[in-house]
Amino acid sequence: MKKKYIPYIIMLLLICWHTVLYAQDRFPRPEFESGYAYPTDQLALQRAQGWQYVDVAVLILALSAATWLAIYKRSREGLVWLSVFSLAYFGFYREGCICAVGSVQNVALALFNNGYSIPLTALLFFIIPLLFALAFGRVFCTGVCPFGAIQELTGFMPVKLPKTVESIMAAVPFIYLAAAVLFAATGNQFIICRYDPFVGIFRLNAPYTMVIFGALLLLAGIFINRPYCRYLCPYGVLLNVFSRFAGKHLSITPAECTECRLCEESCPYDAILPPVTQTGGEGYVKSRRKFMVFILLVPIFTAAGAVVFYNLAPSLASINRDVRLAKEIRNEKVTGVEAVSKAAVAFKEAGKTEKELFAGEIKVIERFRKASPWAGAFLGLSFGISLVSLTTRTSRTGYKPHQGKCYSCGRCFKYCPVGVKK
Amino acid sequence: MKENKNKYQTRREFVRNAGKIILIAPLLSIPVFLARKTSAKGYVWQIDPFKCTQCGQCKTKCIKTPSAVKCTHAYVVCGYCDLCGAYLRQGIKTTGTGAEREQCPTGAIRRRYVEEPYFEYTINTNLCDACGKCVKGCNDFGNGSMYLQIHQDLCDNCNDCSIARNCPSQAISRVPSDHQYIPKDKKNSITQTPKP
Repeated sequence: MKKKYIPYIIMLLLICWHTVLYAQDRFPRPEFESGYAYPTDQLALQRAQGWQYVDVAVLILALSAATWLAIYKRSREGLVWLSVFSLAYFGFYREGCICAVGSVQNVALALFNNGYSIPLTALLFFIIPLLFALAFGRVFCTGVCPFGAIQELTGFMPVKLPKTVESIMAAVPFIYLAAAVLFAATGNQFIICRYDPFVGIFRLNAPYTMVIFGALLLLAGIFINRPYCRYLCPYGVLLNVFSRFAGKHLSITPAECTECRLCEESCPYDAILPPVTQTGGEGYVKSRRKFMVFILLVPIFTAAGAVVFYNLAPSLASINRDVRLAKEIRNEKVTGVEAVSKAAVAFKEAGKTEKELFAGEIKVIERFRKASPWAGAFLGLSFGISLVSLTTRTSRTGYKPHQGKCYSCGRCFKYCPVGVKK
Repeated sequence: MKENKNKYQTRREFVRNAGKIILIAPLLSIPVFLARKTSAKGYVWQIDPFKCTQCGQCKTKCIKTPSAVKCTHAYVVCGYCDLCGAYLRQGIKTTGTGAEREQCPTGAIRRRYVEEPYFEYTINTNLCDACGKCVKGCNDFGNGSMYLQIHQDLCDNCNDCSIARNCPSQAISRVPSDHQYIPKDKKNSITQTPKP
């Protein structure tokens, strides 16, 4: 140990000692003579993590109960009571957070960002309802989801919408899902959580815009049942796809369908498919040609979607705060109008350079350039596939629920006169 | 006819089973991809007091009323001054004992004489509404021992924190749940207790 280094070491130690206490240190620390002891404040922690796993257990139990009630016991009353329980537990007690609908964003954020590890409960909330949907259909929507429960309560007078309106509005969940995954994966915002209409009711506390949105949806829900589920829910897109392959889906009749037609108008969501026996005929050649054309259009739509969204990347990037701030500062430099937003004031006070800000903005836009084409491709692909499905007709014996659209609510049960020999 | 039906049924069954496999593969591979990036503990939201600019939005943007944010005092950093920048309003003419000289609009800061010339300032969290005026005062004219923190027993732990989204200095971020607070004093005079 060389002696000449000692003063430097001492100086280094003194400097480091002061930096341990992170403060402006304008006023020197008091030296108490009366034996005063600093108070130790207790700060409470979040509720123990174990409770979140209780939520997962309740989720699994409720899903199993919904499956049993919808498919084996076939009890509409049981499903209604189960949904009331889910509304009480997942809605008002847990205040709607964390939910399966929002967990899509957590998964997207975790897959594409290194700084975030998804909590196990969020991952389970994402996967478990989808597994149940793959096996048993959309039992999540009826018995477990608090949104579904609250909307079912206000659905008195269902009105059937014209098919064109229905198909246009049914496209919105796809757009919502694409936007939500895009914004979550680029680490910006969770828009599903932000624009959630019903969480304000669960918390019994919300800004007035949220209250109005939620109330409007519930009022509309009197006539157009389950408006959020049908025309907004992004998780519903995934459930729709998964549920189509369910082997043990809910069936309207407990045994063989006698095609008595009593259940035809019983579904408020227009999810009952009538039997189709004629699959040949003169229209067959025409529709086969249409089918080929639309199949060939699918990759074109996908590519078109990708290109459109690539060009939309800068506007989509405005969801990022740094991009908005950079625009504001640039605007200030160009037009001379002072930037007075809180973020601009904080930026000027913090002393970050404009060069850093603009470099950050470019990085964000670059990221969106890479990410948005995927969202656009997904939308183009979905659009192409929906056109293809318009040209196909599957033969069917008996009335069956549309496995993608059916929420397994069980309203159709009471219309079916078929009994089972006990 | 019956044979046709059987063929069609088995074809449909095949498509259904193939579809199941095609869908279950990405669903089950997601946990595999996220195997390293899954935490059993989870996250909570917390304010980094060194980035905070005391804009006042902690009071208004929280979805709870009153806000889950409260002012916290780092006693070891405090100067225990008579002329406290957090306690006293700027521009007061006299230093009497009236409430009009207090900066805190709810009167949540209590001042107690310790010894000459030191005064102890404690915060009554039941009255604090996270307006940030005391924090600003302490940072402008003081050691910066007052700072805002999200009190985790009050916070709902939303998936998308409304205050975090609106914070102009982006001071609020997710922190792992084994370090739920970001204290301003390294000596950590704040101890953490689990909620009863």
